[in-house]
Amino acid sequence: MNAAQLEVRDVTLRFGGVTAIRDVSFEVQKGAIHAIIGPNGAGKTSLLNAISGVCRPQRGKIVFDGQDITRLRPYERTSRGLARTFQNIALFKGMTVLDNLLVGRHTHEHCGILKGGLYYGPGEKEEVAQRMVVEDIIDFLEIQHIRKKIVGTLAYGLQKRVELARALALEPKLLLLDEPMAGMNAEEKEDMARFVIDSNQDRGTTVLMIEHDMGVVMDISSRVVVLNFGVKIADGTPLEVQRNPHVQKAYLGQEDAEIAATAEA
Amino acid sequence: MPGVNHLEPLVHLDKDADTFPKLLVRKAAELGAKTALREKEFGIWQSTSWQQYHEHVRDFSLGLISLGLERGDKVAIIGNNRAEWVYAELAAQGAGAVSVGIYQDSTLNEVAYVIDHSEAAFVVAEDQEQVDKILDMIEKLPKVKNIIYTDPRGMRNYKHPALISFTAVEEKGRELARQRGSLWMENVGASCADDVAIICYTSGTTGFPKGAMLTFRNLLTMAGNLNQVDAKRPGDEFVSFLPLAWIGEQMMCMSSGLTIGFTINFPEQPSTVMEDIREIGPHIMFAPPRVWENITSTVQVKIMDTTRLKRLLYNLSMPVGQKIADLRFKKQPITLAWKIAYALAYWTTFRALKDRLGFTHIRTCSTGGAALGPDVFRFFHALGVPLKQIYGQTEISGISCIHTDEDIQFHTVGKPIPGTELKISEHGEILSRSSSVFVGYYKNEAATQDTLAEGWLHSGDAGYLTEDGHLIVIDRIKDVMQLADGTQYSPQFIENRLKFSPYIKEAVVVGKSRPYLTAMLCIDMGVVGKWAEGRKIAYTTYTDLSAKPEVYDLLHKEVDKVNETLPAAAKIRKFVLLYKELDADDEELTRTRKVRRVFVEERYKEVISALYGEAQQVPIDTVIKFQDGKTARIQTTLLVRQLTMV
Repeated sequence: MNAAQLEVRDVTLRFGGVTAIRDVSFEVQKGAIHAIIGPNGAGKTSLLNAISGVCRPQRGKIVFDGQDITRLRPYERTSRGLARTFQNIALFKGMTVLDNLLVGRHTHEHCGILKGGLYYGPGEKEEVAQRMVVEDIIDFLEIQHIRKKIVGTLAYGLQKRVELARALALEPKLLLLDEPMAGMNAEEKEDMARFVIDSNQDRGTTVLMIEHDMGVVMDISSRVVVLNFGVKIADGTPLEVQRNPHVQKAYLGQEDAEIAATAEA
Repeated sequence: MPGVNHLEPLVHLDKDADTFPKLLVRKAAELGAKTALREKEFGIWQSTSWQQYHEHVRDFSLGLISLGLERGDKVAIIGNNRAEWVYAELAAQGAGAVSVGIYQDSTLNEVAYVIDHSEAAFVVAEDQEQVDKILDMIEKLPKVKNIIYTDPRGMRNYKHPALISFTAVEEKGRELARQRGSLWMENVGASCADDVAIICYTSGTTGFPKGAMLTFRNLLTMAGNLNQVDAKRPGDEFVSFLPLAWIGEQMMCMSSGLTIGFTINFPEQPSTVMEDIREIGPHIMFAPPRVWENITSTVQVKIMDTTRLKRLLYNLSMPVGQKIADLRFKKQPITLAWKIAYALAYWTTFRALKDRLGFTHIRTCSTGGAALGPDVFRFFHALGVPLKQIYGQTEISGISCIHTDEDIQFHTVGKPIPGTELKISEHGEILSRSSSVFVGYYKNEAATQDTLAEGWLHSGDAGYLTEDGHLIVIDRIKDVMQLADGTQYSPQFIENRLKFSPYIKEAVVVGKSRPYLTAMLCIDMGVVGKWAEGRKIAYTTYTDLSAKPEVYDLLHKEVDKVNETLPAAAKIRKFVLLYKELDADDEELTRTRKVRRVFVEERYKEVISALYGEAQQVPIDTVIKFQDGKTARIQTTLLVRQLTMV
């Protein structure tokens, strides 16, 4: 059970002369909520992009479920059970919530143009089955009241929730979340944290997320990786990471960290 | 009850159908596979037949017995309107126990108070949120044997030994049924009309809530009597979306629902109620004024945003509808020309609008609990929605007066329902007497005797009867006050006038033993927010919006309008716009949204003293409470606005 869901091995990602990530390695255990933190520009989103396939690393390997996926295209990774949300919501704004979620079911649909176009028979059966899965997620994330609303008209916090819903509609083994709580108020954050925990525990989804809200990270994640200038500087339980002097230095600066260290001593 | 001389009820209860469980058994036999309940889940309305309804209740009832429920025990129920709520109530009653509803938005302390005071042995809680409230207080509730939850979501790590799921209890019930097959029917047969069926905790405007004990006879004669003047039919549809702990919802869902056998629909979520109503198209509706006011203001806001053609049609049709409504109110004949005009208005506008609101099939609908503005009344009657006012208390099973179909006067609450006697005491208090008057407050003999003195139910409301026998309610007797110059006035009367303005959500008028009257107002965030957007006034929060000088100017005009209708001594001289809405969680309102005057005046005493001083503004630094016990601090400055007196 304690096998690694995802392994990142010595990954280096460069954009021209800029090295965004340098030799980063870590493992995400099955069933974990794993957080990536770090100051602005530390390379967190680049790392997530490398994992989901948006960027291809120059060096290193990404192993998902025991298979090397470094060379696979994003949609191929998706069909293997990898889903993600984006920092700046990437939904179809002109479509309803329901349709957005049904798009998320795409990889689970098997009817082609002919069968789907005919609709009656297998097409209808599949449509009903997919709708059932989607409705289950709508119920899970408590978005019944916006089921038929156009996404673009919704409040930001709700759009974030819809994006999570679409990622869950893929029924992923690993869910990558890029700042799921950014820009939310306290209540929305609390709800979102509950949904992430429930996705993890009730639906058995492994979660890897980037998050800036330290309170949330410390509360809900089982392990934390800390990046600074593209280099991994710490990896451990939230408490270990909090006590790590390198982390304090990265976040607070040299002098403050010393003060913090003496204060703790 | 010694000393209480019940009137002979007009409605005679059949011995085989004089309790809720007996009625359920009878309906299950009569209606069998017809739909009793419907609940929206996964976007689809899922039906439960009368037969299945009966089976769920039977299984859960026997399950409770196998967990140790005894006759006379109390079962507390807390949660949103769901089928399991009514199963639990009927199951408790079927086992000879009493059902105690708790408002689902109650705070920890309120929940603990009711469970503790009622000595509930079992608590049926909907979900994690409600279970948390009880588990937080469980040490103070030693009498609770089990907490039964219906929705397991989020509770995987809950290991408390008292927890058990609803389905597990039903399974225990089926096990018991295999051993003692006839137990359920024996229990149902043993229930009788004078058993206490429910204890309804009334969230009094002062002090702790009191538990009103109502028997099956109370509840069922009320339903029978009411049905003679406000007919409901089998096959009708009803949407249940108000708290089941409230007597009004008990009256519709349980008393009337079981007597008549109409279908009860539970919405998917509290936030989807309006859409769900549209999908169901109910025949019967009952809601407090705020629901009707919300519908009206939503329509008006949406009309502002719609296409020009639709707006034009609406603006042409509405006056026609209102004219017809007024003629009907005055019982004057309608000329052919007006009839044709109304037919046009109906086919171009009202038909579509009614469909939008889900009122296409509506046959009987009523409002109760507080006064409803004449404009709102006229709006619905213009559409052809026959809205009626009702009046009643928890202590008389919910209702004592109602408008009849042909006789609607929006300043009255109608006439007493059959089997109900009504009189005004020397002090001007409304007294009533019927077979639906409750048997007493649980564990509160003193209050019972006060309320039922000389065999009459003392409502505590001041009122009078018009010449044609309609009742007019003025205010709570204790709130009717004298101004410093000796003028009598009713704060509620003025507050209602203020609240008829769409911009004002809540109003508290102060003036007891003071030289003049002042008001504390809460703006309606939705409507004022929309108004501000239209004028490009930027705002962030409720506090910020209600402090805007433009908003003060707007409300100033609204208060002026009300002042014009008031006598000189009762005019409002100064007002403030409060920085937050009055909230039941802060004990400022009851759970049925009535202002708790004493608490409000205590809480805002600095504001009130500023209203009677020279100050132009009041600094505020206060703490507000949330339902889960968390608190937040608010710091702001309130402006005091003075009105010019002509």
